[in-house]
Amino acid sequence: MSITQTGHGIRLAGLSKRFGRDDEPAVDDVSLDIAPGEFMTFLGPSGSGKSTTLNLIAGFTEATSGRVEIDGADVTPLPPHRRRLGVVFQFYALFPHMTAARNVAFGLRYHNVPKREVGDRVARALRLVRMERYADRLPSQLSGGQQQRVALARAIVCEPRAILLDEPLGALDKRLREELQVEIARMHRDLGTTFVFVTHDQDEALRLSSRIAVFNAGKVEQLGTPDQLYDHPRTLFIAEFLGESNCFHGRLDAAGRLDTGWAKLRASVEPIGPRDVALIVRPEALRLGDLVRDGDNVVEADVVSTSFAGRDLRVELRYADGRPGLALLAHGETAPQPGARVRIGWDPQRQAQVPAEPQPPAAAADAAPAAAAVV
Amino acid sequence: MVLRRISPLRIVVALVALVLLVPTLMVIPMSFTSGSTFEFPPKGFSLRWYDNFFSDPAWRDALLNSLWIGLLVTVVATVLGAASAYGLSRTRARGRAVVRGLHMAPQIVPNIVVAVAIYAIFLRWGLTGTTLGFVLAHVCLALPFVLVAVTTSLVGLDRRLEHAAASLGANPWQTFFRVTLPAIRPGVLSGAVFAFATSFDEVVVSLFLRSPELQTLPVKMFDAVTVEIDPTIAAASSLIVVVTTIAVVIPVLLRRPEKSNSESTR
Repeated sequence: MSITQTGHGIRLAGLSKRFGRDDEPAVDDVSLDIAPGEFMTFLGPSGSGKSTTLNLIAGFTEATSGRVEIDGADVTPLPPHRRRLGVVFQFYALFPHMTAARNVAFGLRYHNVPKREVGDRVARALRLVRMERYADRLPSQLSGGQQQRVALARAIVCEPRAILLDEPLGALDKRLREELQVEIARMHRDLGTTFVFVTHDQDEALRLSSRIAVFNAGKVEQLGTPDQLYDHPRTLFIAEFLGESNCFHGRLDAAGRLDTGWAKLRASVEPIGPRDVALIVRPEALRLGDLVRDGDNVVEADVVSTSFAGRDLRVELRYADGRPGLALLAHGETAPQPGARVRIGWDPQRQAQVPAEPQPPAAAADAAPAAAAVV
Repeated sequence: MVLRRISPLRIVVALVALVLLVPTLMVIPMSFTSGSTFEFPPKGFSLRWYDNFFSDPAWRDALLNSLWIGLLVTVVATVLGAASAYGLSRTRARGRAVVRGLHMAPQIVPNIVVAVAIYAIFLRWGLTGTTLGFVLAHVCLALPFVLVAVTTSLVGLDRRLEHAAASLGANPWQTFFRVTLPAIRPGVLSGAVFAFATSFDEVVVSLFLRSPELQTLPVKMFDAVTVEIDPTIAAASSLIVVVTTIAVVIPVLLRRPEKSNSESTR
């Protein structure tokens, strides 16, 4: 028998949570589908509702309205111990009075696992997280990274329908975090279980996820694969939260030309959309000086500084409106002199067009279902 | 170095400890006197007053009553107090401050007032002079101690532990007994010790509830002091000191090996 299992789908339907009657909702009408076996990440700043949404799925928090479904069955009325979901917490939450092995074995008796199989299952789970040598240690005798490995083993050993991870790497240092990211990705691959992963770390999200739901103010602002979100952000918030970007704010005319006040750029015609828009261009899409091609959108910028970042050359820029910019040049290109004024160009295909200003609440409410509907 | 610098503070602490302890400790040598009066310093050395204590059925029964009632009170007050503390820490219901206040009332209302009130009601219910009456009255007085001790350890408890247990399939009862209770055990234990000590040396309410057939050790001592002053009372006092000291020290000793173990291997 192996720990391998197939994934289960989770659907959130109009899920909302309001903690106080007069408070702003912490989770505001969230609807999304998590496919069986998917690695879904909830990404967002603190207070954006991503952890609350996870708690609603786990059943630790009661929904104000809406439903959580697993494999099509409504689990909203079920208490957490009957949902058969594994949970991994930021601060490990290992039972302090039990050894690593007893922590892992904790849930097996509630899953009708015969006594003689328990030792075997525990050993296998600990081996999977490479903690078999620490089976008899108490949590207080383990480092943070080791504790989180034990917590992962504890979550998977009962073969849950999905594994929910609430900022599981948030309390670890950078090196350990990257090490465990690799482990979690491997576990997801090996187990085939649905993973729901909450984080505020965009690199982590981009690296691990099959899809990312970006949370903002209790809503899913955009849902998509990492490259969809990176290349085609729908809002300024997404563009600024995920990765680095160059922003060009301006007014759009009916012919699809954007006037920034200091440059004229080609953009897309928006039949009914707002007239104030911003163009988002990722740093690696920018071309400098002689490399600018025909058909590119072109602006001028001052070079503030240049620095090497591993394989890339980072060129910090300032545009005529005073906004900062950034270009990443491939290794081998000639670095411009700081203080020089350079021509910057990019293929209009590689720009994303988003509403310029944060929208008033009424307009935002209209935009969110559209984002959620991408499912 | 640090200790030397704060030595004036240590002197004050030592003085306070002396003032608190010496009167209590005085009775112990007095109980070993070979004389027949209650005096300090004791004359000679003998165990005659202990012999007197254990051979006189009145004294012996009073001690056994106190131990038995104390144990019952410990069990009932610890279970009720821990349950109250847990419930109060988990509810957001309005009025929980009021409920907590009511729990604490016996500690704030003067003992004599509580005693008179209990006496008046227990007389009507026929509970005076019964073990049940003593236990109920003492539980009332012991409950605040348990509530405070358990509440304190619940405050330090990570709710995520209970969430983790639930996610692993444990229902709320299983979670409480396998996760919550072990985590708050020190608080529950010290609450239990306080409950026992409260009952074991309670005198005011017990004076009202006692009957010729049923009285506790402190009541018998009160009688002995007011009626006949002989050194048996010193022996009884010494026993009370020893019993309550044991009750306080045992949990400390039980806890120590575990702690030093985890620290040494860390």
